[in-house]
Amino acid sequence: MDLSALDPVALIASLIVAATPLVLAGIGELVVEKSGVLNLGVEGMMIVGAIAGFAAAVGTGNPFLGLVTAAAAGMLLALVFGLLTQFLLANQVATGLALTMVGLGLAALIGQPYAGIKPPGSPRLDIPHVSDLPVVGPLLFSHDAMVYVALALVIATWLFLGRSRAGLVLRAVGENHDAAHSLGYPVVRIRLYAIAFGGACAGLGGAYLSLIRVPQWTEGMTAGAGWIALALVVFASWKPWRVLFGALLFGGITTLQLNTQALNINPAIPAGALLLAAGLIWLVASLSASRAAGSPLVMLLTGAVVLAFGLIYPRMQIGSAWLSMAPYLVTILVLVLISSDRTRAALSAPHSLGRLFHPSS
Amino acid sequence: MSFLAVEGLTKTYPGVVANDNVDLEVEQGEIHALLGENGAGKSTLVKAIYGLVHPDAGRMTINGKPYAPTRPVDARDAHIAMVFQHFSLFEALSVVENIALGIPPERAGRFGGRTLAERIRRVSEEYGLPIDPHRMVGTLSAGERQRVEIIRCLLQVPRLLIMDEPTSVLTPQEAESLFGTLRKLARDGVAILYISHKLEEIRALCDHATILRGGKVVAHCDPREKSARELAELMIGTELAQPPVRKPGAAEVLMKVDRLSLPASDPFGIALDDISFDLHAGEILGIGGIAGNGQEELLAAISGERPVEREMVMLGRRAIGHYPPTRRRKLGICSAPEERLGHAAAPDMTLTENALLSGMVREKLANGGFINWSASRYFARAVVESFDVRTPGIEVPARSLSGGNLQKFVIGREVLQRPVILAVNQPTWGVDAAAAAAIRTALVNLAAEGAGVLVISQDLDELMEISHRFAVLAGGRLSPPRPTETYTIDEIGLMMGGKTREDADVAS
Repeated sequence: MDLSALDPVALIASLIVAATPLVLAGIGELVVEKSGVLNLGVEGMMIVGAIAGFAAAVGTGNPFLGLVTAAAAGMLLALVFGLLTQFLLANQVATGLALTMVGLGLAALIGQPYAGIKPPGSPRLDIPHVSDLPVVGPLLFSHDAMVYVALALVIATWLFLGRSRAGLVLRAVGENHDAAHSLGYPVVRIRLYAIAFGGACAGLGGAYLSLIRVPQWTEGMTAGAGWIALALVVFASWKPWRVLFGALLFGGITTLQLNTQALNINPAIPAGALLLAAGLIWLVASLSASRAAGSPLVMLLTGAVVLAFGLIYPRMQIGSAWLSMAPYLVTILVLVLISSDRTRAALSAPHSLGRLFHPSS
Repeated sequence: MSFLAVEGLTKTYPGVVANDNVDLEVEQGEIHALLGENGAGKSTLVKAIYGLVHPDAGRMTINGKPYAPTRPVDARDAHIAMVFQHFSLFEALSVVENIALGIPPERAGRFGGRTLAERIRRVSEEYGLPIDPHRMVGTLSAGERQRVEIIRCLLQVPRLLIMDEPTSVLTPQEAESLFGTLRKLARDGVAILYISHKLEEIRALCDHATILRGGKVVAHCDPREKSARELAELMIGTELAQPPVRKPGAAEVLMKVDRLSLPASDPFGIALDDISFDLHAGEILGIGGIAGNGQEELLAAISGERPVEREMVMLGRRAIGHYPPTRRRKLGICSAPEERLGHAAAPDMTLTENALLSGMVREKLANGGFINWSASRYFARAVVESFDVRTPGIEVPARSLSGGNLQKFVIGREVLQRPVILAVNQPTWGVDAAAAAAIRTALVNLAAEGAGVLVISQDLDELMEISHRFAVLAGGRLSPPRPTETYTIDEIGLMMGGKTREDADVAS
């Protein structure tokens, strides 16, 4: 067994890269849902952003312009959704699903001539000396710009929703649109802003895949990332930090799964270690907020059992289909555990989520 | 000169004239009652004043200057504030956040900051409206929510305060303290427009009254010079039919509810806690209390919508707590929940279909899984005819009926199934006086024929009138039922606020 190939620093760096598109798309959808709109078209907006950004970056040779185009394309598609659901009062679930299908088809069509082309590279953060520091340098100071943008978005969204008046109004619209309307707030306009923001974020997330993470264009390359982002928002109980946590967890398991397949070791070892680490973080968070520590302990215990199993049978192999399934399974399992307190989950769900609003009454 | 003057205001909706040439004048410092039945046009009128409804004709002036609000913001700029009947509050937000949303940003300051919370505290002390600014609104009682709305209005320094049926959700004591607040505001020069159909409180509180009927002003008067009966006749136009009360007959216990407990189904719901009572043949058991104290949960436990432990509900000697609604109906337990559209009746289905949904089991409207449509139509027609439901036919969707007519249909549908037990919640809520009287008479007659009737209502007068025994539901607990005539209104008021009979005795 060669564990030395599992370089933890490189692992964490690639974990962050794997998580970034989910953070971007998830934080956008969180804002949309906080305003009371359920847009299931994240996957469609992501893939349209992926191809639009790719095409623009290849055409102009400028990756930055590619990202801007991706955000604009995602926003445009989202505004189609906004037009249909906010003005024509179409059903949000059906419209969102349609948006995903349209997006996938449209992206495949636009993407025909782009298969196999290499996009222009994106610059990485490079602070002299600091980025060269051992461990800390590659971990914190040498990612591509979008990683920092995504992190900044999480912080900004958290501040906006929790600390600003505009964020309060947005939450109010999502909580009770009739009351917000009777207080004179423009419900439809606020929701359109949110929908546009969500579309732009999803577009950026898609372009991150095609321009930075992979980087090339293949049809259907989002491979369900949009759906994972949607699930993250729900299981994160509509809290920005938990979206980040969930995205990192998913990215972590994806990375581990790829590495263990290459390394011929029992995937239970890294999976157990990751569960242990996540459980530990959660336990500390729970204890410092003096909340019940039952669920984090369950998670810690599960992690320990899985790790022990891995160490007893270090050479055991699992079919690759099971491994590919693992990130989805574990992420959802963990977030379900986190949001298992029903009363609190129900409190954090925007009360008007997915309900149609018409300013007639 | 009056503060607000309305002249010739007219508003027409398709098929209804909601306001027909309405005139109204409100002076500074007066409490002006707007009196009328449901559907008389009170709400349309105040919504026009508040800028939520745009009148077709007529004009308004404030201090003599033209006033034509197109949005609530215009009304607020003119120092007009309104407390709605259905509170426009956000349950998942705190009191401070709710109030910050309701006032302009330049007045709100930083909503999380200490300043607004401090101002809320100051106003709440000055006007006797105790509230904790940092509590989440979802955890507040209806009376406390109303205080939040009033404080929100007061922070905008209103010169006209509109109150839409403010006491419908309050205990008598809470209402009394609200009156104190309103009188203090009036002394400070605020004009108050007070909407209600409760005559006694208008006579106690208001200086002037404008009475509406069918969208028209039928009288301006001083309510203190009129008797409640005169006001009622002005408001309704005809004499009221009183339901006959008969003494209960046999004392056989039909249903026994024994230590019924039920956890809350949602975070803002309420848990039922150790509820016990007997329901006798031929009696009406009235259950009073303020909305949101477990009424819906209690009805759900009786109807079978929320199954409970077997032994918690006994029908005769049979334990039926775990039975679902259909099996209970088969045994004769029928029920009509509070919400007409969407709970008691499916809004988009026809009256026939709605009759079928509830009457299927007892009226045998389905045979071997197939619907007997002719029998269903016959049953629906019987309900419409015997309960005088005004409808163009039985094949119209339930939502097209007016509230009173649909309520008569919903209650009639259950009564005609000859239930052994009938449980109803808010049987006459939002129903005009004539229909309410008809529904009460039907309940009284049903009991007289030997059924046990459980009436859950927030209308105390109604319960005092028709129930043989009475109990109060507060905070999910039920007081032991006693004969209705042994209560005083004060005692009931204290019990509605959650005090036991012993506490009430001490207090009185």
